[in-house]
Order: sequence, then C-alpha cells, then structure tokens
Amino acid sequence: MRTRLAWKVAALVGLMLVAGTLATAAQAAEKQTLLVQGSTTVGPIADAFAEAFMRKRPGLSVTVKKTGSGDGAKGLVDEQCDVATMSRFMKDKEYKAAVEKGFLPVAHTVAMDGVTIVVHPSNPMKNLTTAQAQALFSGAIINWKELGGPDRKIVLYSRDTSSGTYETFHGLVMGGKKMGSAVEYVASNPDMHKHVSTTQAAIGYLGLGFVDEKVKALKVNGVAPTSRSITSGTYPVARPLFMFTAGYPKLGSVAHAFVTFHLSEEGQEIIETKGFIPVTNY
Amino acid sequence: MSQTMARAKQNARGATAGFDRPLLLTAREDLFSYLSSLVGRILLFLVAASSGLAVFLIFLFIIREALMFFAAGETVTESVALFKHRAVEVLGSTQWYPEQANPEYGMLAILAGSFYVTFGSVILAVPLGLLTAICLSDVFPFTLRHIVKPVVELLAAIPSVAYGFFAVMVVKPWLQKYFDIPSGANILNASLLLAFMAVPTIVSVSEDALSAVGRSLREGSYALGATRSETLIRVVIPAAHNGVIAAVILGMMRAVGETMVVWMAAGNAIQIPHPWWDLTMSVRTLTATIAQEMGETAHGTPHYHALFTIGVLLLVFTFILNMATEFLLSRMQFSEARK
Repeated sequence: MRTRLAWKVAALVGLMLVAGTLATAAQAAEKQTLLVQGSTTVGPIADAFAEAFMRKRPGLSVTVKKTGSGDGAKGLVDEQCDVATMSRFMKDKEYKAAVEKGFLPVAHTVAMDGVTIVVHPSNPMKNLTTAQAQALFSGAIINWKELGGPDRKIVLYSRDTSSGTYETFHGLVMGGKKMGSAVEYVASNPDMHKHVSTTQAAIGYLGLGFVDEKVKALKVNGVAPTSRSITSGTYPVARPLFMFTAGYPKLGSVAHAFVTFHLSEEGQEIIETKGFIPVTNY
Repeated sequence: MSQTMARAKQNARGATAGFDRPLLLTAREDLFSYLSSLVGRILLFLVAASSGLAVFLIFLFIIREALMFFAAGETVTESVALFKHRAVEVLGSTQWYPEQANPEYGMLAILAGSFYVTFGSVILAVPLGLLTAICLSDVFPFTLRHIVKPVVELLAAIPSVAYGFFAVMVVKPWLQKYFDIPSGANILNASLLLAFMAVPTIVSVSEDALSAVGRSLREGSYALGATRSETLIRVVIPAAHNGVIAAVILGMMRAVGETMVVWMAAGNAIQIPHPWWDLTMSVRTLTATIAQEMGETAHGTPHYHALFTIGVLLLVFTFILNMATEFLLSRMQFSEARK
C-alpha cells in the first residue's frame, strides 16, 4: 500500500516536471525577449518604451532593470542585457572591457536631461551660481543665512557616488572637487525627491523629469532649467541620455526598433511626458 | 476473529504479536542493512556539516577578497609598503572617497557610524527590553504573559524594510517638526528603529534567564523578609545577570548587522559626529556602505576589495560579540548546574 502511494507520487511529480519543461520550452520558442538594464534616470523612458512595444507586439517581452548606469555597462559587457541605458557616456575602462570582449559599444542619444538643483518649496532662494553650489556641497557654507536665506543649517543631499546623476553633477557643478563630509547620500531620484520635499533646509539635485511642485528648482548662473535652455546648451548642468548596444543592432531587429523608437513621434511624446527633452528639438 | 487467528499463527512461528520481521538476518541482509545505515549516517553528517562548511567558506571568501586590498603590489617590498599605507589609511582616516580620481579609503568615520548607531540603539533598547522581561517573568500574571510575549516577539517578524519605511515616512518628518532638527535622517532615528528591532531578542532571552533563576532562590529571599521589589533587584536580576548580558549582546548583534533600516534612516553622511554627543547628525554604517556601493562597483577594483575589507571589519565586530554571548551563556548554564 505504501509503495503504491510512493509510486503514484513519483509518477505525478515526474509528469509535472515533464509538462513544466515542455511548457517553458514552448514559451521560450514562441516569445521574443529584450533585456534592458541600467540608469535609474533613463529608466522611466525605457519603461514607457517597453510598454508601448509590448502593446504593439504581443509576443514580445521587454524587461527593464533600473539599478544604475554602471550596471548597464557591466550588463552589456557581460552579455546580460541587449540594451544598456546610461545617463553618462561609457567610461574608458568599461569601453575597453567591451572591446576586449570583442565588440564596440554604440551610443544612441535618446534624449536630453537637465540635472536641476532643487530645494524645499519654502526656501526663498531663486538662483545659485556654480561657485555657490560648489561651496555648498563641499561644506564651505553651512547655513542658509550665508546665502541670504533664513537662519537654518543646510541639509545637503547627494545621489550615491556610483549613479550617473552624481557623475554629471560632480563633473559639471563640483568640477571634480570632493563632496563635503556632511552630505547625505540617497539611492535614487524618487528617494532624493522624497527627502528634499520633506526637509525644509534641504538642497539636492534631481533629473528634470522628477521635478514637480513639491520641490523648487533653482536657476543656475541665472538660467532656469527649461527644455529650451537645456537643448540650446545655455543651462550649465545638462547631459545627453544614452542607450548603448553591442555594435549597431541588426536592422529590423527588436533592439534596433527599441533604440530608434525615440525618433518616432510616439517616442518623442513619451520622452516629453516623462519630463525629458527629445533630441530632435535642436 | 480472523485477527486472533493470524496472531495465533505468528505465535506458532515464534514471533511476538505485531512483530512481523524475522529475527535472524541472512548475511546479505545484514550487509545491506549495515551499508544503508552507513550511507544514511554519511548523508546526515554532510547535511549537518553544510552550515559549518558554509560559514567557513564565507569567511575564506571574504578574507581572501579583502586581502587583495592590502597586498596587490608587484614585488614584496612594494606589497609591504602598500599594506602599511592601506592599513594606516583604513583605520586612521575619515576620508572615504573611493570613486575619486585619487581614491581615499579611510573607514574611521564609517566605523564610528556603526558604533554610534549600535550603542544608541542599545541605550534605548536595554531599559525597555529588560523592564519588559522583568514584567513578564515576575510581575504579570501567568495568563497575561502568554498574550504579551507573543506580541513582543511579533516585532521581530516585521521585515526590516517596513521599519525603514516607517523611519523615512513617519519618524523623520516627526523629528524635524517637533524637535526642530534640520535633517530627521540621523543617528537618533536609526537608533530608535533599531532599538525596537532589538527589543524582542532582548526580552525573549532575558526573560528565559530570569525565569531560569528558579523558585528556591526567590522563596529563600521572601523567607528572609525581603519584599517583592527587593527580591527582584537584589536576588533575581543578579542571579540572572549572565543571561541578561547575553541578551543585550544578542540584541546588539541584531543592530550591528542590520542594513536596510540604517541605510534608510541614518542619512548616510560620511562623518564622525561633532561635537561627539550630537545624535542629530547623520552617519553611515558599515552595512549601509556595502549595500549602497557593492552593486555598482566593478569587480576586482580597489574599491571592490575595500568593500570586502569593510565586510571583514563587520565580521570581526560580530564575531567578538558572538563569542562574548557564547561565553556568558555557558557560564549561565554552568551556574544552573552547580546549584
């Protein structure tokens, strides 16, 4: 009796395993996949692109991971993703690793992004020079009084040092100078938004796409961060956003359609609704 | 009727009722049963040894990766020089700029951050946990204890990221609003949350220790005319002190190793609070640094190996605490046995 039960269970498990493998094999054969990995800044664009793609092509599955530009480059080099979204260009080291793997990374500029310096809406500040921003984030100025604001100790927020937004800010505003020791580090744009919008004395920086009425974007050197000032290049803290592929993708492939989607009207609309600036606006 | 007949048959064959195997085994059956028990024992040994092996391999891996941070030179003299330079930098500098063009790997501020947050949580959690444990073991009626203890232990079941959310969304604005602290993500916030996470451990272990003190000591104390509070403070707690200290250290270990909450609540600024008693400054802990930077650090770079060095510091920290608990708990059991 017991052995018969055991046999039955074994047979059932065996059947389920066979059925499972067959089902996944069939699915894999039928479904096309595109793996996108990288920047949290380009993430919303990639997400919306993926959504539009999957609506148009039911057999296609697009996965978007948003862990940071460095991860995108790493994923592309390690062949773990098809498209790497990056908010900065590849570093020499990353490019070299790709060349050593036997392919040349190709950059597709999908949109422009302004890194805006943001404060709490209650803050009376309107404009900041890059020199002032440097002094703030290096810890030379510690009270808003010194900049003509209220008597309040400044709370500085920065993105973590491996994010692309950090690198843009660090390169374009800080000029490569060290961040002060009192700077608090947050892990993502939404985190930054949450912290700045809930802390009166806060100052931090965000991608233009994440700015809303809960935070106040400051002018930098007298130039407000708008889509026009960013595309024309007058706003000093702006950068292009990239999608990288391993070599130029095969024409007609899913990856090709994905990295050229920003050229279509629908793609540009998506970019605008996410708060970025389409590159064709030049 | 048929049952008794079957039993009678078995008895006739010389077997006792319900024992349907032959008492004598053939040589082959004997060998087979010996081999199967041997295989069984080997399998069970492997299963039992796997966790020990896992610990050993993890230690080995982390220490190996960390050593690369200190010994990466081409020649021996170069390696020794690098080792000295790195060792002095790691433990003597507060400047942590691993992604700078001239990277700096001073871990002193991060180490201090872990100390601050941990001891802050201990200061808050020990009175709370200890008083709860005393209430549970000596003050509350038995029925109430059976309701309160599971509820306290439920605190341990809440995922740490949920605590983190609470820290950021509730405690942080609250600290800013009512205490006029510039940034609510600070030592105080993290310590407060960690204290609540450590309380279940402290309550559970120290309540066990207090209960283990036994009736004879308590009744002896009452017989000498001591009041209830005198018995508690002068007799029960001193008798259980090893277990109580072990409970505190276990709670500390929970706080040291916790990552998610401190990452979200402590603010992550790399600084030693100045002045030293200012608990409203934000700090970064060892665990938060690893969690924040490991994901995006390229393998094999000095930064990567530096993060493993932080891992080793963390291991040493928890290892010492763990040893201390083992020692104290063994002494507790010893005193029990002697009594």
